[in-house]
Amino acid sequence: MPTVTMTVNGKQRSAEAETRTLLVSFLREQLGLTGTHVGCDTSQCGACVVHVDGVAVKSCTLLAVQADGAEVTTIEGLAKGRELHPIQAAFKEHHGLQCGFCTPGMIMTAVDMLRRIPEPDEPTIRAELEGNFCRCTGYHNIVKAIKAASEAM
Amino acid sequence: MPADKGGNGAQSGIGAAVRRKEDFRFITGAGRYTDDITLPGQSYAYFLRSPYAHAQIAAIDIAAAEASPGVVAVFTGKDVAADGLGGLICGWMIHSKDGSEMRTGAHPVLALDRVRYVGDHVAVVIAESLAEAKAGAELIDVDYEEYDAVVGVEAALAENAPQLHDEVPGNLCFAWELGDKAATEAAFDRAARRVTLTFANNRLIPNAMEPRAAIGDYDRGTGDYTLYTTSQNPHVARLVLSAFVGVAPEHKLRVIAPDVGGGFGSKIFIYAEETVCVWAAAKLRRPVKWTAERNESFLSDAHGRDHVSHAELALDADGRMLGLRVHTRANLGAYLSTFASSVPTYLYGTLLSGQYDIPAIYVEVDGVFTHTAPVDAYRGAGRPEATYLVERIVETAARELDMDPVEFRRRNFIREFPHQTPVIMNYDIGDYDASLNEACRLVDYAGFADRRAASEARGRKRGIGFSAYIEACGIAPSQAVGSLGAGVGLWESAEVRVNPTGSVEVLTGSHSHGQGHETTFAQLVSDQLGIPIENVEVVHGDTDKVQFGMGTYGSRSGAVGMSAIQLALDKVIAKGRRIAAHLLEAGEEDITFDGGSFQVAGTDRAVPFADLALQAYTGHGFPTNEIEPGLKESAFYDPVNFTFPAGCHIAEVEIDPETGVTHIENFVAVDDFGTIINPMIVAGQVHGGVAQGIGQAMLENCAYDPESGQLLSGSFMDYCMPRADDLPEFVVGMTETPCTTNPLGIKGCGEAGAIGAPAAIVNAVTDALGIRDIAMPVTPERVWRAINS
Ligand code: FES
Ligand code: FES
Repeated sequence: MPTVTMTVNGKQRSAEAETRTLLVSFLREQLGLTGTHVGCDTSQCGACVVHVDGVAVKSCTLLAVQADGAEVTTIEGLAKGRELHPIQAAFKEHHGLQCGFCTPGMIMTAVDMLRRIPEPDEPTIRAELEGNFCRCTGYHNIVKAIKAASEAM
Repeated sequence: MPADKGGNGAQSGIGAAVRRKEDFRFITGAGRYTDDITLPGQSYAYFLRSPYAHAQIAAIDIAAAEASPGVVAVFTGKDVAADGLGGLICGWMIHSKDGSEMRTGAHPVLALDRVRYVGDHVAVVIAESLAEAKAGAELIDVDYEEYDAVVGVEAALAENAPQLHDEVPGNLCFAWELGDKAATEAAFDRAARRVTLTFANNRLIPNAMEPRAAIGDYDRGTGDYTLYTTSQNPHVARLVLSAFVGVAPEHKLRVIAPDVGGGFGSKIFIYAEETVCVWAAAKLRRPVKWTAERNESFLSDAHGRDHVSHAELALDADGRMLGLRVHTRANLGAYLSTFASSVPTYLYGTLLSGQYDIPAIYVEVDGVFTHTAPVDAYRGAGRPEATYLVERIVETAARELDMDPVEFRRRNFIREFPHQTPVIMNYDIGDYDASLNEACRLVDYAGFADRRAASEARGRKRGIGFSAYIEACGIAPSQAVGSLGAGVGLWESAEVRVNPTGSVEVLTGSHSHGQGHETTFAQLVSDQLGIPIENVEVVHGDTDKVQFGMGTYGSRSGAVGMSAIQLALDKVIAKGRRIAAHLLEAGEEDITFDGGSFQVAGTDRAVPFADLALQAYTGHGFPTNEIEPGLKESAFYDPVNFTFPAGCHIAEVEIDPETGVTHIENFVAVDDFGTIINPMIVAGQVHGGVAQGIGQAMLENCAYDPESGQLLSGSFMDYCMPRADDLPEFVVGMTETPCTTNPLGIKGCGEAGAIGAPAAIVNAVTDALGIRDIAMPVTPERVWRAINS
């Protein structure tokens, strides 16, 4: 089994991984970072979104070995202690989550969205969320939260 | 509404939009869902499922799988049966018109000799890793003899249709009726006008974002079983698994439902997978974990809806409703799931009066087995089907009478309460004019004609659709449901534990899987005891911690779960007054509790709540031979009636005739949920429900191939889940007539959106197109065909 090494949330982490191991399984099972979720088997739900070298990716579409040497940020690495990232804070403030299962992927997607498009309008936010499902919120408050975060940032 | 005893109302009490206490863990990735849990020595289960909708299992050869690397064990239905386990059960007995009990076949945990839907459980492989379990499963050789299958209700009832269960001739589980047939016929005889409509209520797949999962564990030292599972009602799971399936004795089985990622009904039921995990864990003396892949969710989570109905409405010459007659065929799937039989009967037929004064109603429902996944409660459960039927035929009637649909509804609204409908329900209170008027105001109904003209000028078709829904929540008075066939009581329990420092734990039988109970329940306690919300902890989802509970579904957690908390709080305050009377050397009747402090009325002698709590545990200041030490109370609350949330949803759509694409221009939901604890959370529930309702109306459809019984919509590529850009921004309004039959006046808000929205959308689309009916989901293709036919 190859050893895979990557910088995860600022710390270098190494673990053995079969070549077929997906990045999401590596993060969840090998590194115990269970904040990244698995919601589907067809790469459509976005529950698994993390950042690889600063870009949002669905970690179920990438093999762990493909991320060898990369900088990975997961939802666990976003806040600084109890100090929330502005997007995390906006999700709480605007009730952008209910069961919380889609939330890590939503937030990681939103961080990447605002990096690329600092002031998105509502239709843009909705279009940008095309890779993320939420079954609880009807997206209404997720859109509001991202809009508010863009204004705050 | 109770007085704001604690004085915290403005910030954190009843009615405040308190930000959720539970959010921190979810937004930082620290939630703990079942699949996040790893137990030492854990093994992995993979279920081999039937690739056929209907087949005889001639033989299963597991030898190669057992020898496969990493495989710990392979079990089939024979092993389950050899251990004496019972089958999965349905907890609600329905009687047919002729008085006979519903007919059903056995529902084995793992198939014995026959499989009855694609995804039915054939065998389980347990291995050191999931990959090894899957590899092992590929080596199982099943000798199937494939039979013909039926997937639709009409086909299943046809003569010579393939039969599901030997015990169920003609695939008819029950032929149920409700209402006065003769009175309804008489109403139709004297009607000036009749309106009829025949339509389907499309089948849906719940798709909570967290797939179902389970971990079984067994302690051979103590003989204790633990099941971690994605459940909306862990105590019910424990009861069923112990009393009926016989996996473990009730007192030795602990069921933990940790963070659960949405349920919408699909996680109420007791399924094969968790049963196998806990059973196999004891057999193998090591933990067994299973997590559904999404394709398994599609195949084996209980589906929702799937009715075919014929409805007739009788009207007098003035457009007043005289009678409603309904015949529905409900698809139950291959086996009866846990509450399946109650959904198309008592959760459906009893709501057919809608918001209207209809003197006579008669409904017949045939429950039909088919070679499809079991169908059970999905958000709204029976009530969306009832509302869709009533509001579609009401809108159709208004059009045929050439009456404004708002005016037609007003003419027939119930205005006097309590109101006894002809279909069991007794509505305690409501104000249907108020929600209709408010919704019309928010949508600017007066300006609709101009907007329609403007759309027309641009070559677009604009329509408006109304849905004045009612539902029955606060499920349910135990005696009433017992008399109707329920196998359980539907009360709720709560315990309020005041700690010596004055902080409080509330243990509740309700389960939160997105509803925000950790916040709203804490708000109630903060409000009533006058303590900061930070000092309140809500504990749920663990049968070892919480005494008992019937769980969360049917929008019951506020109306029933919080009522139980209120009763326990009342007892805590009553005991606090007794203690305070001693501490303050006053008569008990002179002690008031206000602003978080017990006080002798008219004096400044007082003891703050936290000080009193400490005294309760030290027992120094009062005679402990007269008053027990400690400050902890529990309560069981059994509702005296259902609650009746109601409201009005209005959809305004614009259709591009070139493409058939429907755009929702406006969606207004005005709801009367009675007392509201947290308006932010309530609005969130409305948004989510409306999204699922719009999903049903415009996007989602579960399809099986009618010949082979293969699931055609078995992934997110084939089943159209609502995405952010499919949905509009919602306009949410509230009216309030507090429920008169429970202590807080709460009616429940979890399902209204899914109940009200579909009819509003379809009424709007048919209005835009000027047609009588169109099938859900109203896809661009269907709309385009309707325009071009
Ligand atoms: S798990 Fe669904 S997209 Fe990755
Ligand atoms: S909050 Fe539950 S899926 Fe989005």
